[in-house]
Amino acid sequence: MGAGMTTTKPLLSRVAESLYWMARYIERAENVARFVGVNMHLMLDLPSEEKQWQPIVATTGDAHIFKERYGEATQETVIQFLASDPSNLNSVFSCIRAARENARSVREIISSEMWEQVNALYLLVREADMRSPDALPNYFHEVRMACDQFQGVTDSTMTHNEAWHFIGLGRTLERADKTTRLLDVKYFILLPSLSDVGTPFDEIQWSAVLRSVSGFEMYRKKHGRISPARMVEFLVFDNEFPRAVRYSVGRADRSLHAITGTSPGAFSCTSEQRLGMLKSELDYGRFDATVAGGLHEFLDGLQVKMNKIDECILGDFFAQWTPAVQSQAQ
Amino acid sequence: MRFSSYQPGEFYDEIFESTGRPRAYAQLLIDTIESLSDGQLLRYQRSVDRLLLQMGITFNVYGDDAGTERIFPFDLVPRILPANEWERLERGLCQRIHALNEFIDDIYHDQKILKDCVIPREVILSAASFRPQCQGLDPPRRVWCHITGTDLVRDRDGQYYVLEDNLRVPSGVSYVLENREVLKRIFPKVFEGLAVRPVNEYPSRLLEMLESIAPRYVDAPRVVVLTPGIYNSAYFEHSFLAQQMGVQLVEGRDLTVTSDGVFMRTTKGLERVDVIYRRIDDDFLDPDAFRPDSLLGVPGLMAAYKAGRVALANAPGNGVADDKVIYAYVPDMIRYYEGEEPILPNVPTYLCWRDQDRKHVLQNLGSLVVKSANEAGGYGMLVGPHSTEEQRREFAVKIEANPRNFIAQPTLGLSRVPTIVEDHFEGRHVDLRPYVLYGKDIYVLPGGLTRVALRKGSLVVNSSQGGGSKDTWVLA
Repeated sequence: MGAGMTTTKPLLSRVAESLYWMARYIERAENVARFVGVNMHLMLDLPSEEKQWQPIVATTGDAHIFKERYGEATQETVIQFLASDPSNLNSVFSCIRAARENARSVREIISSEMWEQVNALYLLVREADMRSPDALPNYFHEVRMACDQFQGVTDSTMTHNEAWHFIGLGRTLERADKTTRLLDVKYFILLPSLSDVGTPFDEIQWSAVLRSVSGFEMYRKKHGRISPARMVEFLVFDNEFPRAVRYSVGRADRSLHAITGTSPGAFSCTSEQRLGMLKSELDYGRFDATVAGGLHEFLDGLQVKMNKIDECILGDFFAQWTPAVQSQAQ
Repeated sequence: MRFSSYQPGEFYDEIFESTGRPRAYAQLLIDTIESLSDGQLLRYQRSVDRLLLQMGITFNVYGDDAGTERIFPFDLVPRILPANEWERLERGLCQRIHALNEFIDDIYHDQKILKDCVIPREVILSAASFRPQCQGLDPPRRVWCHITGTDLVRDRDGQYYVLEDNLRVPSGVSYVLENREVLKRIFPKVFEGLAVRPVNEYPSRLLEMLESIAPRYVDAPRVVVLTPGIYNSAYFEHSFLAQQMGVQLVEGRDLTVTSDGVFMRTTKGLERVDVIYRRIDDDFLDPDAFRPDSLLGVPGLMAAYKAGRVALANAPGNGVADDKVIYAYVPDMIRYYEGEEPILPNVPTYLCWRDQDRKHVLQNLGSLVVKSANEAGGYGMLVGPHSTEEQRREFAVKIEANPRNFIAQPTLGLSRVPTIVEDHFEGRHVDLRPYVLYGKDIYVLPGGLTRVALRKGSLVVNSSQGGGSKDTWVLA
């Protein structure tokens, strides 16, 4: 083999799927940890009759499971459900455990540093003592930092090859999904009807929404005073803030094109087509038009599209290839 | 920590000749350890334990709580083998593996050794690991045992014996490589001073061997490691070896067989596979050929193998030479195929299917070690001197019910190596598992896994039974 020639090892479908889910679970754990941590912080500033834990459960999409098992949403029950409950598959503990199981099955593909980091995260959540409320804020902070470290280690120690792009794809799609959910739930609670837009609002509550996506400082730099309309614009349509839906979808689109090798703006499979369509919608969409049709309807629409994209990725890359399908394709 | 109070005791001690007198080749190691400041060795030991946990170098324990992973404890005091001792072991292993390979090939072809009445036919036919499916098969280069992890032990007199051949899917080599990495960091000066032979060429040797058995001529044959998955006790090793060789780690569900050969499912379609280093037992390898209920295997794999479209290492069927009853005939095999006397002796073995042997075994259960012919990992075993009356009665019933399934050996006084126990050293029993590769030629990795029974007085070194490991230094 001549110098400069590279052979790219083909990526097993199972491995691609594990990488994608490893990244999604880490991102999910980080989001849940951040939502809970920020809410704990927020509750300290609110009079007791306004303390609310139910919305946090709603952002994870597991409100019905929670109600069935725990009943009333208090700080204690919600934190137990979202942080440490091993039977809640979306709790921080379960997400990290699932991320580690996935990482373990692709240990020879990822870098040792990545494995050590995800293993350290697992030891952190496994050994956490959730009984002492005073330790909780610090715990959620540690989980967030450890998840961020994982992203950093991933970007700086692993070759940016096809496998790495599957990690990026999982991470950014999960991120877009979580920002959409948070905004949907919070907006609904804080501004139940369209006519409420523009009425006096609770600055503390709205800053908490921004803090929940680590966006408070970045929003301030860009827009200054807090206004619900600008916030939606920032969290949905911003193309520089890393947790904005548009930014995340744009990144996911780049990863997918890197995986398929198709040139930007074109598509070679269904997932690529649908992701491209979503990207255009966000690139060329406008805030006013969005709110006119109803923000909830718009956000809900984004969720449906992202779920569909996830299904298409499964079909395009992870589903077991069979010889029959293979020969038809060629 | 000092060795002044260390008692070598009545067993052969690998490091000390007598109290206070290290063997010549161990002097530098002992001096180095004693020159460490107070508590330093213990601090190293604790940080190594933590490191192994952080690095997730763990194994799964079967029958334990679901998801239980443990580290394989690693004791920092190494075992040392001087060059002349090793040279003899190496020759002995090459001789033995060569003879075993001849035997397997003979059993699945002409069965000359049975026709010449060297081994009774019924012993072979009754071995659970004999695979009629492999009759007439010609694996590439006629090699059947590509990777072997022979278990050796040393008795009180310092003599080495072969305890087991482990031809099927031997594990543990990853610990050899990892342990060495750790000790090189802790005792760099000793390595320089003693000229310890390196072990890190193993992954390249393994890959070279695997490529050498590819069934078709291609520039770079595609080699993969086949694992049962993350819940297998040796999963760490499967993943480690794949990573070190730079090849894919696959599970059964990643592979599919067509009339052209074996392929793996990738994000870009099917990719051909040439050589499979399989870490799945014969039984589970292919539901079409062996156990139909296997979910781990690849349907059609044996057919592709028989048709010469893919190579498997180790070759299916090679476990026939790993049966503990057939083990007793290995010295005869060496004489038969090699025309030489065995360099490494077997442990004297009583075969319970022979009436006279059985009688002796049943009368002496208290002093013998009884093993079932087909178990590994220290399961299904009775250590006479450490057994209770009830356990002995239980085994007597089992032996009477199925004599073919049991063998017995005298309880050996395994050699010992000083081992860190709390804050001092005590002798603990060890065995030695060198790793042998067989492709174009036979290669023995200079070193091996020294397993140590960490419980006081225990002779069982298996990781599943409270064993740990030590680094093994072969001197140049």
